[in-house]
Amino acid sequence: MALRMWASSTANALRVSSTVSRTNFSLSRCFSTVLEGLKYASSHEWVKHEGSVATIGITDHAQDHLGEVVFVDLPDTGTSVSHGSSFGAVESVKATSDINSPISGEIVEVNTKLSETPGLINSSPYEDGWMIKVKPSSPSELESLMDAKEYTKLCDEEEIH
Amino acid sequence: MRGGLWQLGQSITRRLAQADKKTIGRRCFASDADLKKTVLYDFHVVNGGKMVPFAGWSMPIQYKDSIMDSTVNCRENGSLFDVSHMCGLSLKGKDTIPFLEKLVIADVAGLAPGTGSLTVFTNEKGGAIDDSVVTKVTNDHIYLVVNAGCRDKDLAHIEEHMKSFKSKGGDVSWHIHDERSLLALQGPLAAPVLQYLTKDDLSKMYFGEFRVLDINGAPCFLTRTGYTGEDGFEISVPSENALDLAKALLEKSEGKIRLTGLGARDSLRLEAGLCLYGNDMEQHITPVEAGLTWAIGKRRRAEGGFLGAEVILKQIEEGPKIRRVGFFSSGPPPRSHSEIQDSNGQNIGEITSGGFSPCLKKNIAMGYVKTGNHKAGTNVKIVIRGKSYDGVVTKMPFVPTKYYKP
Repeated sequence: MALRMWASSTANALRVSSTVSRTNFSLSRCFSTVLEGLKYASSHEWVKHEGSVATIGITDHAQDHLGEVVFVDLPDTGTSVSHGSSFGAVESVKATSDINSPISGEIVEVNTKLSETPGLINSSPYEDGWMIKVKPSSPSELESLMDAKEYTKLCDEEEIH
Repeated sequence: MRGGLWQLGQSITRRLAQADKKTIGRRCFASDADLKKTVLYDFHVVNGGKMVPFAGWSMPIQYKDSIMDSTVNCRENGSLFDVSHMCGLSLKGKDTIPFLEKLVIADVAGLAPGTGSLTVFTNEKGGAIDDSVVTKVTNDHIYLVVNAGCRDKDLAHIEEHMKSFKSKGGDVSWHIHDERSLLALQGPLAAPVLQYLTKDDLSKMYFGEFRVLDINGAPCFLTRTGYTGEDGFEISVPSENALDLAKALLEKSEGKIRLTGLGARDSLRLEAGLCLYGNDMEQHITPVEAGLTWAIGKRRRAEGGFLGAEVILKQIEEGPKIRRVGFFSSGPPPRSHSEIQDSNGQNIGEITSGGFSPCLKKNIAMGYVKTGNHKAGTNVKIVIRGKSYDGVVTKMPFVPTKYYKP
C-alpha cells in the first residue's frame, strides 16, 4: 500500500521538489519517475517480471506526455501478444497511442478496472494502472530491454528534443 | 492517425495540423531551429509551455494545466492564447470590396463599417481554400486573419488575383501585419478584464464588431470574436507591446484567466462545433457541405460572382450530397478518418475531428455523412480499430455558445 501511494503521488510531488532523493528510482530531467527493477521498452512500456508472470503497463513519462487518459482498449485474456507489436491503445483528450508489447507471450490477466477508471494510468502508472499480465514465451526477450538507468537517459534525451 | 507513445508530441500536432500532408512531412523533419517563434516564445517556456511544431511555428500545445482543466477553465473563467502564428492582412484601396468579393462568399459590401463575419475563400470548383474572419474597417480597408497553415497558399492565391485585377485598372493593395502579434482572450472574464486596460466602453461592442483603439497604451485592432464559442476578443497588438499586454491581462484577472495552449483550443472549438481547416474543411469540400451556407450573403446567392459560385449555388438549390454533422458516441473517442456506418453496416461517411469533451465528459465528433443520414437523432456506427461503436447524429454546437449580442 505504501508503495502504491508513493507511486501515485511522486509524479506530482517531484514537479514541485527536485531535491527529493530516493535510492530506488531515478529522477530524470523531465521529472518523471522511473522505477528500479523494472525493464523498459523504447516505446515507453514497462515490464515487471515476477515468477512465471510479467506485468506490463506504460511509464510515468508516457502518461505525463499523454495527459488525462479517457479510454483504454485492451485485448481479452488468452490472446497472444508479440514483442514489439501493438496489443492495445490508450486515448487521451487529444491523441490515440498504440501500446506495444515489450515481450511475447499469452495474456493471463487483463486489468478490467481500466475500462471504468482509465485515469488510474495517470494516477498510478506502475501500480493500479497496470494493463496486462503475460506468461512470457521467450523470457530472453527481457534481456534486450532497458534497465531504469538506460530508460532515464532515453527520457532525458527526448526531453531535450 | 495513431502512433506509439513515442510519437505522441507529433501525433497531437498532426491532429491539429491545418496544412496538407507535404507540409506535415517537412515539419516532422524540421529541426527546432527551422521553426518560427512568436515574440511570446520565451514567456511560454517560462510559464511551462510544452512547445510543439505547428504549421512551421513552435507553439505551446499546453502549459502546466492539463488540456482538460484548461478547457473547463476557459468556459468558467477565461483563457489567453498566443495566436500570433495566424496571418493578419489588410487590403486597401477604393476597389478592395469588389476585389475581395471575387474570392470569398461573404457579402462584404453589405457589412457595416466596423463589423465582420466568418467567410470562406473558394476555388473554381467551389471547394474551400481556407476559412477566415473578414472585417470591414472602412469601405476601402478590409482586415482579415487567415490560418497559419494556409498562409503561403492563401497569399499566393490573393496575389495572383490581385495582379490581374490591378492590370485591369483595379485599385487594391495589401499589407501583411508581420509587425503585429495576435492574442485571443476568451471566456466570461475576457470583457471585464480587458475593460481595465482600455478607456473604450466594451459593453457597446458586440460579437463580430471591430475597433482600432488603445489597449494598455498600445494601438490595437480589436475584434469581438474567437474560436471557443465563448464571448471574447482577438487583439492584434504591435509586437513590441505584446508581452506587456499578455502580462497585464493575466495580472488583471488575478490568475483566473490562464495561459492556454493549442490542445485546449482544439477541444474548445470542437465543443463549439467550429471547423478546423485541414480536418473539417478541405479543398474538395464546399461551404454548403460544411454547413456554412449561412455565411453566403443573400445578395451573393442571387448574384454569384465568386470563384466556384456555379457549383455552390447549384448545391444550395439541389441540396448537397454530403453534409457535416456532429456526433455523440460510446467507446473510444472517434478520431479523424474513423469510418461512419449506418445501422446496417453500410459506409456513409468519415469522421473529420473528434475527441473527449472536457466540459461534457463524453465523446464528441464531427464528420461528413451522405445526405439522408444527417438528421439529428439518426443512429450510426463509428468504426474504431476494427470495432464498431454506437453513435448518434447530434446538433452542434455541443456546448452552447455565449457570444455577446445586443
